[in-house]
Amino acid sequence: MPQTEKLEESPNRGRLSRDIQRKIGQQLRAMYTDVVNEGVPDRFADLLRRLDEKNK
Amino acid sequence: MPAQDDMREAMLTAVPNLRAFAVSLCGDMDRANDLVQETLLRAWAHQDSFEPGTNMSAWLFTILRNHFRTEYRKRRREVEDADGGYAERLTSPEAQTGHVEFGELREALLHLPPDQREALILVGASGFSYEEAARICECAVGTIKSRVNRARKKLAELLTIELEHEAEVEHELLIRRAV
Repeated sequence: MPQTEKLEESPNRGRLSRDIQRKIGQQLRAMYTDVVNEGVPDRFADLLRRLDEKNK
Repeated sequence: MPAQDDMREAMLTAVPNLRAFAVSLCGDMDRANDLVQETLLRAWAHQDSFEPGTNMSAWLFTILRNHFRTEYRKRRREVEDADGGYAERLTSPEAQTGHVEFGELREALLHLPPDQREALILVGASGFSYEEAARICECAVGTIKSRVNRARKKLAELLTIELEHEAEVEHELLIRRAV
């Protein structure tokens, strides 16, 4: 009976798609935070110090 | 000159987020660092155009985003001349970034059109509101919302096989624990 199949399938698919979106969101933020946690590389602190001194 | 010291401090504070945004946009840490450097130089040279009291971070993101878009268009023209060398590089971002664990996600991101990619990162990772993201991308709030939705859908398509499997395994475990 195809109709029963559909009824059984649809909540499952909805659940999967929500799970997938949640996982993508988590991974995206984790990937981003990974780079944020690297802090400020020396080259940028040096660059801003040089710019600052030039203007003073 | 205290105003200038404040400027420098605010820019320093923004660097980690600017790098994360840049590498999510271009998939290459070296290029991301160059984008951030160029952003800082431009911001410094145009300090006058920053309106005190507004969001400094959003201002810097706007500069970075505009610079990336200009670069992107320039590179696309170069690719047309140089038979796909850049497209080839795009397929192996994990080799460029050193962040192997997110290789698949980074690769999938690079398959999104840039307007969807930037919208998704700004809202989904940088933590900007739809309104702020719309201002950064100079478009309507509704446009940002639809770009984010399309980006999410497309990423799900690209990553679904692996994630479906993971989700199934997790669910199985939950059910087994519950029984």
